[in-house]
Amino acid sequence: MNELPQQLVNGLLLGSMYGLVAIGYTMVYGIVQLINFAHGEIFMTGGFGALTVWLILPGGTTLWLALPLMIIGAIIVAVTIAVGAERFAYRPLRGGPRLAPLITAIGISLALQQAVWAWYPGATSSLTFPEIPGGPFHFGSVTIQTGDIFLLTAAPLSMAILGYFVMKTRTGRGMQATAQDPDTAKLMGINTDRIIVVAFALGAAFAAIGAVAYGLKYGEVNFRMGFILGLKAFTAAVLGGIGNIYGAMIGGLALGLAETLATAFIADIPGMQQLGGQSWADVWAFVLLILVLLFRPQGLLGERVADRA
Amino acid sequence: MRQRSLLILTAVLTTGALSLTACGSRDDKGGDAAAGGGTTVVIGVDAPLTGDLSALGLGIKNSVDLAAKQANEKKYVDGVTFKIEALDDQAQPSSGQQNATKLVANKNVLGVVGPLNSSVAESMQKVFDDAKLVQVSPANTNPALTQGQDWNDGTKKRPYASYFRTSTTDAIQGPFAAQYLFNDAKKKKVFVVDDKKTYGAGLAATFKAEFVKLGGKVAGEDHVNPDTKDFSAVVTKIKNSGADVVYYGGEYPAAGPLSKQIKASGAKIPLIGGDGIYSAEFIKLSGKEGVGDLATSVGAPVETLPSAKEFVENYEKAKYKEAFEAYGGYSYDSAWSIIEAVKKVVDDNGGKLPSDARTKVLDAMKGVSFDGVTGKVSFDEFGDATNKQLTVYRYEGNAWKPVKSGTYTG
Repeated sequence: MNELPQQLVNGLLLGSMYGLVAIGYTMVYGIVQLINFAHGEIFMTGGFGALTVWLILPGGTTLWLALPLMIIGAIIVAVTIAVGAERFAYRPLRGGPRLAPLITAIGISLALQQAVWAWYPGATSSLTFPEIPGGPFHFGSVTIQTGDIFLLTAAPLSMAILGYFVMKTRTGRGMQATAQDPDTAKLMGINTDRIIVVAFALGAAFAAIGAVAYGLKYGEVNFRMGFILGLKAFTAAVLGGIGNIYGAMIGGLALGLAETLATAFIADIPGMQQLGGQSWADVWAFVLLILVLLFRPQGLLGERVADRA
Repeated sequence: MRQRSLLILTAVLTTGALSLTACGSRDDKGGDAAAGGGTTVVIGVDAPLTGDLSALGLGIKNSVDLAAKQANEKKYVDGVTFKIEALDDQAQPSSGQQNATKLVANKNVLGVVGPLNSSVAESMQKVFDDAKLVQVSPANTNPALTQGQDWNDGTKKRPYASYFRTSTTDAIQGPFAAQYLFNDAKKKKVFVVDDKKTYGAGLAATFKAEFVKLGGKVAGEDHVNPDTKDFSAVVTKIKNSGADVVYYGGEYPAAGPLSKQIKASGAKIPLIGGDGIYSAEFIKLSGKEGVGDLATSVGAPVETLPSAKEFVENYEKAKYKEAFEAYGGYSYDSAWSIIEAVKKVVDDNGGKLPSDARTKVLDAMKGVSFDGVTGKVSFDEFGDATNKQLTVYRYEGNAWKPVKSGTYTG
């Protein structure tokens, strides 16, 4: 069991990434009850946005200097695409049958994947992403990569900023009101269309930060990276209680830990060798999801919490 | 509550829909050999032309194209112009089978080169065999494809008479790697990882059996899902197992990141794999940390064989956008074996294609023998290549360098 601390760190890192992406699913669902399946691809375009900034910057720029610019580039690209999708694809369908925007989201997801594949130079295979030099750092038996430091800082910081925004600012309170009852919110003078755009933009921004973290952690970006990760993040959002922003992060962490610990330890249980290992990790993660939904259908943190947004 | 069940239903439906659509096929009409009178014979190509494995697939397509062009230029078969039709299987068995059906339907197709993946080949074999259409794979290494499911018990039985390959098999490649590691590299404790696919799992199993037989120890085993990039949990297990080498049965899209993450964890041990990781893409993905990693590949190093010099020169002259990669020479030889067979059929028939050309070409394949890019090319009674040369490569500087070449002897 001496590998437990390291595996816990591995799980937390993976979970933070899921959490960052899950925020986008949960915010959009909370306000317009739409599962935005294009969100995984918005995450992916964020990664390519960051890479583009890095490639445009003159060679020899240190990554520490470039990183803020890359994050801004990633956010600009992801937010533009998300807001564009909202304005031109989802808004005309608002008020229509629930399935119409959902299918549209799947269409946008495929279109974005193929567009990056076809038009981003070299994107038909994985592209190398710059890595933070130095490290790794050792804390007792735990090793942390330099690339992970970004994720470890960005995830809690993002949550804190988001929490503050939703609870304290005028727009944030507007979001809560819209989530609780869009019609009444409108009567109270809240511009719900603007609130919805803000929800899409915020979700995309956090996905973009997640994408930069992904690139730094794995040293590559590719046009398919948002597909599996998007599904996992959606799972995390449901696990934590879709519509609840803290639930998204908690769900992400729970999912990441479940996958990692299942990979690490299930095979050591006598008689379970066949069901262990990384290829079974997804199965165990979804077993966890099913169990949670059986006993707490509203997810870990539930939907009816006051700060739903 | 109605909303929630809708939510769950749509989630399930879309998951299914997304994974289905991800396998859609994309056609790619390659080859622009000018049709200059006479009969046109089409050589089909099936390989992953897009996606993670496209580097290998495009090398296959270009090499077959080169063979067709050379044959046309030399007027190798009188009155016959060769063309290629390249289809993309995206490394998916379902797409491979669709492509096979498409190729069978085109009456001008007299032979097919491909696919890259053993799992895709499994889905195509029967389609081609029913149509008596010759299929030559430059890259499939799974023994069961030619020797039947029970090849390991000593009862070899060829399942499909239309299937040939120019590459050697995992039954040789895995043990060859084990012998190199144990005898030459002096590694005694291995951690075996595979991706559960036909190719990866087969390779890992033959490797492990030989390594244990030689007296080596298996420190641990795991199976990974090649679609994910996060191997941190597996890497931690590898590090704590005390293994001095990792064997990976699978392909470079997962092997590259895996190698990188192993080194990053602080375990400075090499990763070794089969021909599926012998690619420039592996070097890109594993980064500088991967230096010292090993790969076995079928045949002697293509660039060093005298018979291969001409191929390399012609390939460069043709100015293809992509490198010929690990299977270029084998693809050229696969295509050329079909061309040889067509030539024999045409010559025997008084300079014309017979009406039952596919069956005749299939018969002629058994007797094909010529000096190809990779050495002597001919097929045994199972459709396997008679050439059983293998080479170990090490990642040095920024390229794969051959360290040991030889034939595997039991």
